[in-house]
Amino acid sequence: MSTPVLDVRGLAFAYPDGHQALFGVDLHVHEGERVALLGPNGAGKTTLVLHLNGILGAASSGHGKGTVTVSGLPVEKQHLKEIRRRVGIVFQDPDDQLFLGTVRQDVAFGPANLGLRGAELDRRVMDALDRVGMADFVDRPPHHLSYGQRRRVAVATVLAMEPEVLVLDEPSSNLDPASRRELAEILRSLDVTVLMVTHDLPYALELCPRSVVLSEGVVVADRRTFDVLTDEQLMSAHRLELPWGFDPRRIDSLPG
Amino acid sequence: MGAGHGHRLHFHGHSPVHRAPAHLKVLGLLAFMLVVVATPREAYAVFAVEAAVLLAVVLLSRVPLTYLLPRMVIEVPFAVFALLVPFISHGPRTEVLGVSVSEPGLVAGVALLVKGSIGVLAALTLAATTEPQDLLRGLQRLRVPDLVVQIMGFMIRYLDVVTAELGRMMTALRSRGCDPRSPRHWPVLARSLGALFIRSYERGERVHLAMLSRGYDGALPQAERR
Repeated sequence: MSTPVLDVRGLAFAYPDGHQALFGVDLHVHEGERVALLGPNGAGKTTLVLHLNGILGAASSGHGKGTVTVSGLPVEKQHLKEIRRRVGIVFQDPDDQLFLGTVRQDVAFGPANLGLRGAELDRRVMDALDRVGMADFVDRPPHHLSYGQRRRVAVATVLAMEPEVLVLDEPSSNLDPASRRELAEILRSLDVTVLMVTHDLPYALELCPRSVVLSEGVVVADRRTFDVLTDEQLMSAHRLELPWGFDPRRIDSLPG
Repeated sequence: MGAGHGHRLHFHGHSPVHRAPAHLKVLGLLAFMLVVVATPREAYAVFAVEAAVLLAVVLLSRVPLTYLLPRMVIEVPFAVFALLVPFISHGPRTEVLGVSVSEPGLVAGVALLVKGSIGVLAALTLAATTEPQDLLRGLQRLRVPDLVVQIMGFMIRYLDVVTAELGRMMTALRSRGCDPRSPRHWPVLARSLGALFIRSYERGERVHLAMLSRGYDGALPQAERR
């Protein structure tokens, strides 16, 4: 197979206070895949995500072992800028990601840090906003938007950097059902590799053919999402639960 | 806040004062305030001229005084102090409306009140006629250190977020039978303010992570005009 977009090998990490979050994680994501990263609270999902663009880990002098490679480029200090362009992380709280005065400035922040200016920068901004259906809001201050709109702008801020892989932390949290569905449609329309951290198992089933289950700092399962969600033993062993009344076996066809 | 609506201080308009470059307005305000502060206490004619200049600028900006005056309540704590000065100062006494007050105290109190009011009204006029984003660009042009401008930008951006968070915490307190205004519950209030500080600090860290993730290297890209 081709070089994986994300290739994590034997990743272990302990926080400075001694708390060990990851115990040898192996994960690979190939181009065009949409993969869900499942696991209970405290499983180390966020810790793993922050390794993918070198916020934590070897690149920023942490206490850990193992390697992370993004499309063949190891996550090391000298490559951080390029790594952070390739790996776009959308954080859980859009207010953490939208910190400037207007939507335009926020979306331009990433590409401007990559050195883009003028017309090219404008094109990137409008293009990214178009892809999430927020182009009409370009000159609005982010805090005047609804939560669902802010989440979509947060996705645009990362798309504007034209990443190779989009990493979403709890994309469906706090969204009303309509915004949740709209975001799903947007994610499906994007032609980009996705790694999605979520507790929303129906959302994972809807969007991601493949799921990786992380529990207590190790990968305990990596197979088709449908197989994970219907494996009752695995699910209960790792504190995963389907919403009441939801049975994956009773869904006839899944969207592609 | 480029859209200029929903902001508590800014008054949308297109007057010459609104259109003047922000850095000139900041410099103007600074110079004006230095003059006001340096005016001798008893030069009432000069105060009158200063107030007239300020009023002329306000009229030119077409921001209604009814918009500015209610916002001057921020001055109240200082005004209370200014009103107290004549009573607690020493020196020769004089009678005002049948009450014996200290004469130097009266002069000091009146001067404090006048200087304070002119200052607050001038600052409000700047705030009412200048978008926060323009103000930041103006400060940048004045070569204020970039870090300071960035910090002020974040302050403007997160003021609403933190106020909303405080509001939610107060609602949660009230829902559990606590009245944050009653002195009996001040210890609880103090602890929740502490919690708010910690939350804001942690949010700051998360924002920083999100910035690093998009390639932040210490300098915000120059805010561009649309």
